[in-house]
Amino acid sequence: MKRHTISLFLTLAAFWLLNSGHYSTLILLLGAASIILVLFISHQMDVVDQESQPLYLTRNILGYYLWLIKEIIKANITVVKHIWLGKESISPTLKKIKISQKTDMGKVIYANSISLTPGTVTIDLVDDEIIVHALLYKDIESLKAGEMDRRVSLLER
Amino acid sequence: MEIVINISSGLCLFIGSFVCVSGGIGILRFPDFYTRMHAVGVTGTLGAGMILIGLMLYSTDFLVFAKLVMILLLTLLISPTTSHVLAKAALHNGLMPKLSQNTVEQSSLEQESKETASSKS
Repeated sequence: MKRHTISLFLTLAAFWLLNSGHYSTLILLLGAASIILVLFISHQMDVVDQESQPLYLTRNILGYYLWLIKEIIKANITVVKHIWLGKESISPTLKKIKISQKTDMGKVIYANSISLTPGTVTIDLVDDEIIVHALLYKDIESLKAGEMDRRVSLLER
Repeated sequence: MEIVINISSGLCLFIGSFVCVSGGIGILRFPDFYTRMHAVGVTGTLGAGMILIGLMLYSTDFLVFAKLVMILLLTLLISPTTSHVLAKAALHNGLMPKLSQNTVEQSSLEQESKETASSKS
């Protein structure tokens, strides 16, 4: 709980300092007051916890982001190619896929990564199944091969 | 040094605009709602990303740079969320995508979405 409060404080302070750009004493004091107000309100709402400040992710998330950026660029090139090739070249597919993540956070990261990659969109998430719509049939096949699933599961631990 | 930054920034902006235009053309060319959404995904990730990176290379002020990074991160969070919400709303209200394969899967999903649509009404 304490770690999460400190992390929220640091995030808010960085956000305020980067957005403001004025560093006179009065303005800084007003900024500190607003940060403390936000901390107080979020404690009252009971939202400062593992879910809003997922600190345990920070160990592995950077490597995952780099891999995801690479995948996004590859998928973008494919989709742009198929836009110019026209609608005869695409094979839209709707499919249920099993996922192996245990925690809610892992499931959301996986579903959001699928939606973020152009060419595949997560439509629904029920228990341990997701419904995915893909522009190309081979996108579904590469999801079923489970490379992304495995990498997201590694984040959970 | 100046000229290298200018050229790479211009290149990023050019790629970004090309990808955005492609996304727009995709919206016009693709056959149905779901496939059009994939075209929008291109504009939201690589299009916006490349334009913002191009602007980041131009910015001399650190604060401007930081704000551009924030915009990029927010875009990358918002774009999948909105496309998921749109797709879910469309499927739950019974709009079926045009598919090329997997007719068995389609009919079972069709049944499901009809049930949810009728239970709502």
